[in-house]
Amino acid sequence: MSETTKSAGPRSRVLVVDDDAALAEMLSIVLRNEGFEPIWCAHGDKAFSAFKEAKPDLVLLDLMLPGRDGVDVCRDIRAESGVPIVMLTAKTDTIDVVEGLEAGADDYVAKPFKAKELVARIKTRLRRMPASEDLDVETLRIGDLSISVDGHSVKRDGVQIQLTPLEFDLLLALARRPWQVFSREVLLEQVWGYRHAADTRLVNVHVQRLRSKIERDPEHPEIVVTVRGIGYKAGETAQVR
Amino acid sequence: MVSIPRILKSHWWRFPITWWWRSLPLRVVLTEFLASVMVVVLGGFLLMQQATIGVIDGKKETAKNEARQAINTAQGQLDAADLTGEVNVDKLLLDLATGFASRAQQYEVIIIARGQTITAGNAVSKSIPPLFRKQVEQSNDLWMTSTQIEYRGRPSVAGLVAGATLTLPGTGRYQIYLLFPLTQEVATLVVLRYAVVTTGAILVILLTFIAALVSRQVVTPVRAARRAAESLASGNLRDRMKVHGQDDLARLATSMNYMASELEKQINTLEELSAVQQRFVSDVSHELRTPLTTVRMASEVLYEARDDFDPVAARSAELLQNELDRFEALLSDLLEISRFDAGAVQLTVEEVDLRDLVRRVVDANVRLAETNNTEVTVHESGEAKAEVDTRRIERILRNLLVNAIEHSEGHPIDILIESDEAAVAIAVRDHGVGFEASQARQVFHRFWRGDAARARTVGGTGLGLAIAMEDANLHGGWLTAWGRPAMGAQFRLTLPKKVGAILETSPLPLVPRDLVGPGGTRFDGLEAPAPLAAPSSPASPAPAPRRAAAETTASPS
Repeated sequence: MSETTKSAGPRSRVLVVDDDAALAEMLSIVLRNEGFEPIWCAHGDKAFSAFKEAKPDLVLLDLMLPGRDGVDVCRDIRAESGVPIVMLTAKTDTIDVVEGLEAGADDYVAKPFKAKELVARIKTRLRRMPASEDLDVETLRIGDLSISVDGHSVKRDGVQIQLTPLEFDLLLALARRPWQVFSREVLLEQVWGYRHAADTRLVNVHVQRLRSKIERDPEHPEIVVTVRGIGYKAGETAQVR
Repeated sequence: MVSIPRILKSHWWRFPITWWWRSLPLRVVLTEFLASVMVVVLGGFLLMQQATIGVIDGKKETAKNEARQAINTAQGQLDAADLTGEVNVDKLLLDLATGFASRAQQYEVIIIARGQTITAGNAVSKSIPPLFRKQVEQSNDLWMTSTQIEYRGRPSVAGLVAGATLTLPGTGRYQIYLLFPLTQEVATLVVLRYAVVTTGAILVILLTFIAALVSRQVVTPVRAARRAAESLASGNLRDRMKVHGQDDLARLATSMNYMASELEKQINTLEELSAVQQRFVSDVSHELRTPLTTVRMASEVLYEARDDFDPVAARSAELLQNELDRFEALLSDLLEISRFDAGAVQLTVEEVDLRDLVRRVVDANVRLAETNNTEVTVHESGEAKAEVDTRRIERILRNLLVNAIEHSEGHPIDILIESDEAAVAIAVRDHGVGFEASQARQVFHRFWRGDAARARTVGGTGLGLAIAMEDANLHGGWLTAWGRPAMGAQFRLTLPKKVGAILETSPLPLVPRDLVGPGGTRFDGLEAPAPLAAPSSPASPAPAPRRAAAETTASPS
């Protein structure tokens, strides 16, 4: 595993935003061990400027921070960039998690986590979906959108729609098999890389976020359609090739 | 709308009785009505009696005087008469009678002499009671009695009869009777009775109305108090009653309001306490979890590097790593329990097929089952969909399964899934050590250990079943345990298909099937296709397990 990250040229930079010095140091040790380059920021107020300065490949963000709240920091970063954000949280059953996800976090890790678990999450987020697995098409169509697989871009009528890498992966997963209904569990495995059952709120929140960007009317989605009791599927393609 | 016809159909005769016992005003009004009817009837009766006596007595007195006077006059006329011939006597008597009768219109006269009757007027001699006639014949006094005066060609009337004996010198004795009809008096009494009845009826109606008014006055605030109490009970702690005046009912309202405000205060205090505890739990959670994460990662680093340590340090790193797992499990269970205690738990329900959950849990614990040399078999019979909080139900199932595996001692484990219209039941049956029947409830106690002397070789925090019970209760479900030493144990989880529905029966018996029926006979036999059914034994002992289940299901929840 460490082979892939090392061979990927420059070491991936991970911004750790956590006020607990011991945990931050421990995280740094583990991350450095795994071939990442950690940068530490201990204060919520300084998190955003640290982000702009360091330009990390991924952000590890504690939700409870002195100064600016973790959820707000998350929103600030997301407004600027699609960089993967993984939340560190001690409260898994409260609305904090949903708030963080709605603010744009891609994934979360519940404290206390195992180092392996965290590293696996980080690697999944840094590794993009394989460009094409079984199809060698460059462009996919879903609804009235056209997806450029290699270019990581989505266009409607030639106008580019900004998606985060995670949202792009989610859309791509659905668009690749438009005939298939994806259960939340399957999406968790394909997009988030969870082997075992995980929090389906991840899927729900990100489908909502995706819809708000790509649907003409998010209240009546036509591209990412809910299949009651099962999950989601791609909507009817406007022009069939 | 729906229930009334049902009542009419089955217990229509009970309806007035329930109404009687449920409505205080009805009871008061009806009682008041009956009582006033009795009083008025009695009063009217006495009044009429007194009036009748008075009127009749007066008439008697007048009649007596008149009779005496008339008889004296008659006797005088007879004495003064010149009696020369036999024939003249009858003529004389007839004149006498008609004379009296025409002179005073108030009475009629009958003279009886030597077997012959002389009447003046329409009255017939039958009107005179025979006993009275004998009385008059035997004495010389004036006698009086009441009688029914009969007329020729007219209906009879009540009246008085006075009788005396006239003597005619030389010829003998004649009885003269004066009949006084009471027509006038009867008419008076009829009018009077009419008046009494009318007054009585009006009085009863008015009294009933007053009773209704008074009972309404009393009942209205009582009902308001009842409504206020109900409103309080349903959680509207801010509801208060209106206080009018200073009477007892106003004081009732005041006390109710006082009680309500005290309740509100208490509940607010409790809520605050609960909120404080919730916040505390949340803070503890965060404060503990952050250093625990650090410790855990540090321990992992040490554990990974243990090969480079000397044996003592290496073993220490191993112990640290293993015990951290337990510590973490204990911490999360403790936090979970305190969340339950603080009432800070909410369900996120979705409809799922519980068979999928069971399969997932079984798959996740294959390794554990293998290391314990135990085989886990799932017996399912058709769809088992229910609205549940997946995470919690999975946790219950995981707890039950891990528990069963740990206590199975290598014997196989069976998981049964069954559903009916209203509920889904999952039973986890092991054939391990089991436990005493009396411990069927204790197993759900916090930190309860089956055998205190037994070494704690297996994991578990001692909170698993307690949490499972809380989770089951949260769903409105049942979690029940059955066990016998050396015969194993069965834990049965029953969940309503719809959130908020009330469970009545479980689709599965509490006592394991392998102990009740021959070779896994379905206990409820008929419904649903039955893969486990033994068609050769239709007379399976179905009622027994049903009873056993009914007895125990109510106990834990």
